[in-house]
Formats: sequence, C-alpha cells, structure tokens
Amino acid sequence: MIQTIAFYLFATLVIASGALTVFARNPVHSVLWLILAFFNAAGLMILLGAEFIAMLLIIVYVGAVAVLFLFVVMMLDVDFAELRAGFVRYLPLGALLAIVLAVEIVFAIGAWSAGAINMGARIAPVASDVSNTQAIGQLLYTRYIFLFEAAGIILLVAMVGAIVLTHRKRGGVKPQDIGHQVRRRPEDATRLTRPESGQGVEL
Amino acid sequence: MIGLTHYLVVGAILFVLGVLGIFINRKNVIIILMAIELILLSVNINLVAFSAYLGDLVGQVFSMFVLTVAAGEAAIGLAILVIYFRGRGTIAVDDVNRMKG
Repeated sequence: MIQTIAFYLFATLVIASGALTVFARNPVHSVLWLILAFFNAAGLMILLGAEFIAMLLIIVYVGAVAVLFLFVVMMLDVDFAELRAGFVRYLPLGALLAIVLAVEIVFAIGAWSAGAINMGARIAPVASDVSNTQAIGQLLYTRYIFLFEAAGIILLVAMVGAIVLTHRKRGGVKPQDIGHQVRRRPEDATRLTRPESGQGVEL
Repeated sequence: MIGLTHYLVVGAILFVLGVLGIFINRKNVIIILMAIELILLSVNINLVAFSAYLGDLVGQVFSMFVLTVAAGEAAIGLAILVIYFRGRGTIAVDDVNRMKG
C-alpha cells in the first residue's frame, strides 16, 4: 500500500516538474523544476531497489549538472522574453508530434506487456546476499571494466573540451606569474647607492 | 500493485515532455539542453525499471553510462553556449548557422 502511494507521489511529481521545466517562463525556475524532477526520479529508483543509481542521480545531476545550468543561466545576460517569441507558434506542431510519439510509445508498451518480445537470458542476475551498490561494483569492475574506463575517458575529454572552449586570455588584468616571480634575482630588483648627505636618490 | 508498465509509462511521458520541450523552445538553447536531460532521465528510468523487474543488474550499469554521457554533454553544450554568447551577445539559435568558425 505504502509502495503504491509512494510510486504515485513520485511519478506525479516527476511528471509535473518535468512539464514545468519545459513550460516555465523564467529559465531559473526551469532549472529549479529540473532539480525537483531529478529528486523525484531518484525516489522512483529507490522504490525500484536501485539505491546506487538514485544516489548517483542526486550527486551527479543535482550536485553538478543542475548547478552548472544554474551558473550559466545566471551568468549570461539574456533577454529571455525575446527568446519566447515563437512559443505559441511552435506549440501546435510540437503538441501534435508529442501526442503521436506518446501514442506510439504506449502502443509499444502495450505490445510488450502482451508478450510480444521474449526477453533473453539474464547476464548478471541480482544476487540476494549482497547490497545493490556492492553488486554493481562487482559487475562494473570485472565484466564492464573497459566500458568503465571508456566512460572515464569521455569525462576527461569533456572536461578538457569545456576548459579549452571557454578559456580566454583577458586584457587589463594582472594575474600572478609564478615563473616570473621565481626567475627574479636580487641584482635585478635592488640597487645599492651611496647618496650625498642632504640629497635624494634618483630613481 | 505497481508493475513494470507503470514505470514504463512514467518514462514515456517524461520522454515525450522532453521532445515537446525541444519543439516549443526552439530559440532557447538552455531549455533545449534541459529537455535533453529530461529525455536521458526517462531513458534511465526505463533502464532501471527493466533491470529491477527482470532481475538483471546490467540495466543499472548501463544507466550509469548514460549518466556519464549526459554529464559530458551538458558540460560541452554549456561551454559552446557560453562562447556563442560571448561572440554574439544572444543565445537565440534560429540564426546559429551564422557561427562560421
């Protein structure tokens, strides 16, 4: 009973916040609705018994991706009202496409639950004696180790790419140049003089 | 009782919402990127639901890889968005073909 209530709660909230992400007028509100959608999706995953993926959703999506979106939305000085100009014009076509797509997917789900496709043998059956996180770790570091490494390389490439794209040399600032500081010797920086009494030093 | 079909329907609705978001916010790249995140989230829900109901952990491992790709895509997409904004002072993408290097 409590499972059913929790499922309907999370499902309703994830769909509602997903819709508000798309329809919100202000992009900052969009990001906040997106965060709510991620939290509720994490709740759905916990209901399914996938604790690790749920925690990953919160850490990666809410902690990193959504905050990145928030930074960019707030950093760029964009006239968002002007960007919404075509909203009403595109709505009928978009809604039509969405309805067609939804009908197709629901049709596919119906066909699948009628037993149209026979699922193959299980590759990695869920072990009953270990926790979800441990089981995923055992699978990830043995059978899928190369895919795991590839995922790491993808993240590295994404990081390097993002830095290379957005990095720029700015004029008019005085950044610290450590090499220049270390190269500096006392003889370049100081000068010994012996001025006459009563006279200043010519700098 | 909640079955696999319930989760699949939730995933389908989220997916369709994401596609709709791409269509109705054609000018605003930030919302388009968020809609893509919604689509990937619905894919993740599908993968994890199948994984749980078939008793096979591979779906959860693959949902992790989907998450990795989503994070990388968001980072690169937003970086491109930032340099586009620097060059043109707007993020309206209906004239994005004027980027020219």
